[in-house]
Amino acid sequence: MSGFARVVHAEWTKFRTVRGWTAGMLAAAAVIVVFGLFPGMRGTCDDSCSLPVGPEGGEVTDVFTFVHRPLAGDGSVTVRVASMTGQLPELTGTGQRPGTAPWAKAGLIVKDGTKQGSTYAAVMVTGAHGVRLQHDYVHDRAGKPGAVTASAPRWLRLTRAGDVVTALESTDGTAWTGVGTVRLDGLPATAEVGLFVTSPMYVEGHGTAGAAGAPSLATAGFDHLTTTGSWAPATWTTERVGGPADEDRPLGGPPPTAAGEEPGGDRAPAAGQETGAEQTGDGFTVSGSGDIAPAVAGAAGLGTTISQTLVGTFAGLVFVVVVGAMTMTGEYRRGLIRTSLAAVPHRGTALAAKATVLGAFTFAVGVVAAAVVVTVGPGIIRGNGVYVHPVSPATELRIVAGTGALLAVAALLALAFGVLLRRGTAAVTLAIVATVVPYLLAMTVLPVSAGAWLLRVTPAAAFAVQQATPQYAQVEGLYTPANGFFPLEPWAGFAVLLAWAGAGLAFAAYRFRRRDV
Amino acid sequence: MTRDPLSQEERVRPRSEERLRPRPAGRAREVPAEGLRYLRAEWTKLRTAPETVWLVIGIVAATVGVGLVVALNMPCTTAVCGGDPTKAGLTGVQLGQAVVAVLAVLAIGGEYGTGMIHGTLAAMPRRTGILAAKAVVVTAAVAPAAVVAVTVAALAGRHILPAGVPTSTVVRAAGGSVVYLVLIGLLAVGVAAVVRNAAAAVGVVLALLFLFPVLAAAAPDPTWERHLLQAGPMTAGLAVQATTGLDKLPIGPWAGLGVTAAWAAAALLAAAIALEARDA
Repeated sequence: MSGFARVVHAEWTKFRTVRGWTAGMLAAAAVIVVFGLFPGMRGTCDDSCSLPVGPEGGEVTDVFTFVHRPLAGDGSVTVRVASMTGQLPELTGTGQRPGTAPWAKAGLIVKDGTKQGSTYAAVMVTGAHGVRLQHDYVHDRAGKPGAVTASAPRWLRLTRAGDVVTALESTDGTAWTGVGTVRLDGLPATAEVGLFVTSPMYVEGHGTAGAAGAPSLATAGFDHLTTTGSWAPATWTTERVGGPADEDRPLGGPPPTAAGEEPGGDRAPAAGQETGAEQTGDGFTVSGSGDIAPAVAGAAGLGTTISQTLVGTFAGLVFVVVVGAMTMTGEYRRGLIRTSLAAVPHRGTALAAKATVLGAFTFAVGVVAAAVVVTVGPGIIRGNGVYVHPVSPATELRIVAGTGALLAVAALLALAFGVLLRRGTAAVTLAIVATVVPYLLAMTVLPVSAGAWLLRVTPAAAFAVQQATPQYAQVEGLYTPANGFFPLEPWAGFAVLLAWAGAGLAFAAYRFRRRDV
Repeated sequence: MTRDPLSQEERVRPRSEERLRPRPAGRAREVPAEGLRYLRAEWTKLRTAPETVWLVIGIVAATVGVGLVVALNMPCTTAVCGGDPTKAGLTGVQLGQAVVAVLAVLAIGGEYGTGMIHGTLAAMPRRTGILAAKAVVVTAAVAPAAVVAVTVAALAGRHILPAGVPTSTVVRAAGGSVVYLVLIGLLAVGVAAVVRNAAAAVGVVLALLFLFPVLAAAAPDPTWERHLLQAGPMTAGLAVQATTGLDKLPIGPWAGLGVTAAWAAAALLAAAIALEARDA
């Protein structure tokens, strides 16, 4: 072992005494930091910008039209959703067209008051995802598929018994099917129960960075509204939860302009759309715009994530790959490889020592740079008025360590290419093309599906380790790399790069042992 | 270049010896003849380097291959949902340019790797002449490959995704792509002459090309995104491929190609200054 330590020491001496290599590594760290702290974004969001926080700690969107009554203790509410229509924004032009957003929601909800972010359970029909039972923003359970049409209405029933909320659905109001049961621990004895309608930001696009989201509107016709249990004698109240602050604005008046980057509940529907409720015989017609869901960053969501501060990783990667390839090809170029192999005849040991020095140094440089960016960067972006989604310390740690590991393993991949090809140019090109180009194509020209496929199988998959916020199936969004979302789980994506580098180094070691030099 | 530098030097040597032989007075100093000699020498070096032919094939293969894959995978081909069939078919240029960069970098960086640059400078003392000759022969190697690659990619793309745009626009996109690839070759020649290390030069060129779109796509601020797209040699230059939504481009097709040309000119200028000022 001390023999190996000596070889590592020799390799370290070689590495640190080549001025270009250490300079290249420091330049890698410098570009990551500079791009991270570069005030390249501006927003209109000041200190007051914040999102409501859900019962499980995550930030949530909680904006909907709520027709409610207090329910003291146990009880149930039943309604028929007779119709569901909506308006979608024309993303390629202006104005709206009829249509419901896939995750437009209309149904019954039991909620701890009307404060944003409070605990709730809701059964609903959706635009394109059938009946769902959702609670506490992040949980989603599917009922039967199918959308509501005039010929196929849907009956919904929500029953509260203590902490347990049960949801039922029916097509005719007599034969009921269970959707599921959820337990709401924080639900007080008296909860607000009633009808709700909301419709999320509508997004469209196929991987182009320019695609954006715009608000949509949903309108549901409810009838056959019946209740059982100890309901307060008060009549139904309409409220736009998380609605515009100017509450005395007349219903249907001009809504404030939607500002895509501003978080909070003030995301009003596009001009010309109206939210609110109107009593109709034994029911209501309710229109809503917003969402009851976890908050997601990106074109359809709000603000940005700390992944965005690490965009300089690409620039750093180029430096690291050049140095990684040249630690090997430089020896071939100068003929030093013959001396090296005379001193350390065991090829595997020589390669392992080189990989150890290169990997460890790159990891250290990457971790330091990423740590600086993740610590300081978000503050600068917030100072520029852009909302940054907070992440847990564990996630920050994963992103920092992951960035270091990503750079280190990419350098090792370049080292393997260097051993195999013995030419710096070819090794550098191959390493950059393998890591950067798939990401670039996925982000700019490829359709989402093809781009996702590339980011699953190529070394570029490792950028998943920088994903800061999770992706939710029940929230429509542009889950693209440009918005900081990747098709693979963070460490799974990193494992793809690891597998490439491992295979590359194994093959390199095999070829290295069998070749003359 | 590491493979057999000696044999290449041998191929060059007779020419320099020839130069030492007595010549008819008045002809030796003739500038056009000298320029042609430089060109012939550089062309011989590029032609006989074993990797050149593979790189030329690689330019065609990368450009056509990626273009086909992208064209076959486009779910939406109309301008209404943001699609640009012509541009999609020419996507391969984004990978083909990497091969162009390698070819161009090796044409000059390879000499620094093997030390042949000393022989070259001894035989051909005019440094800007060498640079000009290298630029010309790299263009001569890249241009035919680019013409073949872009033509095949454009025809195949048009077959897979029939575009509803006039032929003249498609010809502009294809012709512009050829010019673009040549400009990237010139940019790479300039960078390689400044950096003097082939591997580092390829890193610099690919970083210049690919960083701008990556940064632009990640920039949440639209103004910055637009400026980055206007400034990058790749993002600006490839605007020439757009055939739909021209009014929404961050930079016009020809203006964009002009930006790429400016990058190439700047790189060559820096190279000329560096070559004149430095020892080797």
